[in-house]
Amino acid sequence: MTDMPNTATPRHSLLKPDARTVKRNRAEARFKSYGIAAIAVGLLMLAILLTTIIGRGVGAFQQTFLTLDVQLLEEKLDKNGNRNLDEIKKVSTFGYAPLMAAALEVKVAETGITTDLKPKDMAGILSKDAAAQLRDFVLDNPELIGTAVEFEFLTNSRVDGYMKGRVTRESIANDKSISAEQLDLVDALVADGALEKRFNIDFITGADASDARPEAAGMGVSMLGSLFMMLVVLALALPIGVAASIYLEEFAPKNLLTDIIEVNISNLAAVPSIVFGILGLAVFINYMHLPNSAPLVGGLVLTLMTLPTIIISTRASLKSVPPSIRDAALGVGASKMQSVFHHVLPLAAPGILTGTIIGLAQALGETAPLLLIGMVGFIASNPPDGIASGLMDPNSAMPAQIYEWAKRADPAFYERAWGGIIILLVFLITMNAIAVMLRRRFERRW
Amino acid sequence: MRDIFNVGSTTLLVAVVLILTVLAYGLVRSRAMSSVSGDARKLHSLPIYYGYNAAMLTAIPALFVLAIWMLVQPMLIQNAVIDMIPQSAVNEGSSVNLVMSDVRRVANGLDAAVQSGALDAQSARDLDVTGTDVRALLAGTGVALGSDVTPEVLAAAQRYRSMEYTGRWLMIAVISVLALAGLFIAMRTARADFRARNTVERFLLGLLVLAASLAILTTVGIVLSMLFETLNFFRLHPWQDFFLGTTWAPNFRGDSDLSILPLLWGTLYISIIALLVAVPIGLFAAIYLSEYANNKVRSFAKPLLEILAGIPTIVYGLFALLTVGPFLVNIFGRGENGLLGVDWMSGATSVLTAGLVMGIMLIPFVSSLSDDIINAVPQSMRDGSFGLGATHSETIRQVVLPAALPGIVGAVLLAASRAIGETMIVVLGAGAIARISGNPLEAMTTITTRIVSQLTGDTDFASPETLVAFALGLTLFVLTLGLNVLALYIVRKYREQYE
Repeated sequence: MTDMPNTATPRHSLLKPDARTVKRNRAEARFKSYGIAAIAVGLLMLAILLTTIIGRGVGAFQQTFLTLDVQLLEEKLDKNGNRNLDEIKKVSTFGYAPLMAAALEVKVAETGITTDLKPKDMAGILSKDAAAQLRDFVLDNPELIGTAVEFEFLTNSRVDGYMKGRVTRESIANDKSISAEQLDLVDALVADGALEKRFNIDFITGADASDARPEAAGMGVSMLGSLFMMLVVLALALPIGVAASIYLEEFAPKNLLTDIIEVNISNLAAVPSIVFGILGLAVFINYMHLPNSAPLVGGLVLTLMTLPTIIISTRASLKSVPPSIRDAALGVGASKMQSVFHHVLPLAAPGILTGTIIGLAQALGETAPLLLIGMVGFIASNPPDGIASGLMDPNSAMPAQIYEWAKRADPAFYERAWGGIIILLVFLITMNAIAVMLRRRFERRW
Repeated sequence: MRDIFNVGSTTLLVAVVLILTVLAYGLVRSRAMSSVSGDARKLHSLPIYYGYNAAMLTAIPALFVLAIWMLVQPMLIQNAVIDMIPQSAVNEGSSVNLVMSDVRRVANGLDAAVQSGALDAQSARDLDVTGTDVRALLAGTGVALGSDVTPEVLAAAQRYRSMEYTGRWLMIAVISVLALAGLFIAMRTARADFRARNTVERFLLGLLVLAASLAILTTVGIVLSMLFETLNFFRLHPWQDFFLGTTWAPNFRGDSDLSILPLLWGTLYISIIALLVAVPIGLFAAIYLSEYANNKVRSFAKPLLEILAGIPTIVYGLFALLTVGPFLVNIFGRGENGLLGVDWMSGATSVLTAGLVMGIMLIPFVSSLSDDIINAVPQSMRDGSFGLGATHSETIRQVVLPAALPGIVGAVLLAASRAIGETMIVVLGAGAIARISGNPLEAMTTITTRIVSQLTGDTDFASPETLVAFALGLTLFVLTLGLNVLALYIVRKYREQYE
């Protein structure tokens, strides 16, 4: 063969692919690009979602305040002059409103702003909550009555929206809450420096407010509601979940009952969360007469919901402990129970903890079952004053509070809903980060 | 007020039992040690097991009976008191249950009055509607009543109180005796030949079994709680209308049309759109990640995609309502001002809004399940295909995917079950109008949304408009459970093929 000259010219050069190969290679490239496109779309959605949340929510952490010097007139606030707290309490917010209006009038006169507004309309740029703020401040510091204090008042949500660009002069044409003259006044006050946006801690620590006062609403109380629910979930789901996993993984004989339990757990993990809400309503509230809207009930429902997650992850980490550990324990005379509790369980603990944190994070963001047991639809205005009251008194929870705000008509509440989501996500990210850290730090490969 | 007092006395009782328990632990443990004159080796078990055993004997029966007692006593009292209410006292439109809750409230009020000193114990017992204005009296203690107190209700409330009172004292006595008896019996087990560890471990095992069976209990609870109310519903409302009717128009004055078909249609329509978004994207992402991507891309893209699965559904709901909805309206609605110049969409809520967002939510669900399944296809099959000269994509399309198909079908079914049971996205994004229509730009409603709307706010468990939610819930449960069982069956069957 080798000594014969190659006379037959090949039909195709090997270096030049034929039409069919070109087609196949193109199909290959196309197929690959579909995959890349799919991932790109997924990541793009994530990016859009996160930028929307941050872009729309970050404003909720800032609020517009108007700084005024208020004369806390003694004859208005404490007629008898004996600084008796009970007597001062008798003055309602209506007693404080004129003081604020007067302070604003003085301010306007001082800075030389010319406006056609009546004093009452000028005060319209302040929040409906401002008088209550001032009253709370005075009740905390009764010794200041009779002096002038510098006080930062919340402004109306429209003024706040104007400062943040949500409200424009065009959009307020049909708005009864604010007029163009009032916005002129706002502009003048901004120029003077009395009116400014600043970080608003009350959004994080404060309570929800009624429909007309979005500027005063905060997440704090519902955060406590979520905290108490998570305490219930942790206290119940962790021990029960671990006990169930130990039984199924270490002791359960292979029989029908065990099979039923196993199938049950995997099915429970996929039951829609709203069904757990129905269960909670029917069993805990309707049958057991536990109080409506109580974090205790929410915690119980979420416990049932989280149990399968915790059981599945706990079983996985029990399974990953090698049998030699058990054998060694049994070999030196431990009972089966001792080998599990003294040796297997401690070795599986990091994995169990990780699974529990992830389960808790899931429970923290769950909303649907909470709607059915009544954790929405009212204003969670007072923080609970103790553990019993935290568990039993009606409260909201973070996701339920966000839902509540999303349902309200005023767009100012939408900003707060997005802001609430940021807080919720910060909690979730922290919890997941802790879980990942625990896994990295303590994971053992056998 | 009375609730706090009630909890107080029970807490006290529990505290007493717990103190006795600690006492039993210490006492029996040291007694066991002294029975072998301090030489632990002569005991059958470690000394702590004697202590544990004693603690168990003291606490468990007492606390168990306490729990049962607290569940049973209200029922017994209610049954005894309910006979005192004549049929005539049950007004039109109310039920015995409502009257009972009145009775309970009056009883609470009387307790509060006694506590605050507005009444002394004797006069609370002898109180009479003719002599005093009970309603005003109770209002003074912070218990507001909707109507005036009838003599029957007051008498029932007084009887309720006296039975509660007796019951509570009886409970305290029985529980204390049980705890003490446990302690006494435990003292006799402090012997060297008593197999304390075996007893304790048997008990522990019992606890473990109990925890494991809670899963079954939950399922039973779900099924029973919905089944009973569903049966009640079908007693009030014809089942033919529920399953076969085509109108959903609840009317709280009665005579509603409550049919599941429009809701089922909305649910399925939204789910199908969601799957149309999620399955191609999720599947291609999974194929790329498991077949093409190098480790670096994989370790970067996979966790990022899975973040989408960890975001709470309320966030997606808000995203649908406030971002995707208005965006779609900009395209398909607003007539001349819109992007397409058409006016097909009137509001932000629509099937498409909810479906798209739900699709985004399901992407990681489909992709991570399919990823696992594609990875489970044996490498030898790919190698065989490459050896015959197939390109990578031909191998995937003609070898890997057909081999993985049953598993992928299982994954899609699981995603479908997720979509059907999803609540928050549709509550915020899908709208509230029940209709059967093919237009994806119209608002429609789903099973889960209607459950939420029928069960929030004031619920009256005697009206079909409330009870229908349980029938819907049961349908949803059966639907998702069926899909799950089918999916798990397919996935398991498929796994066995290659193991």
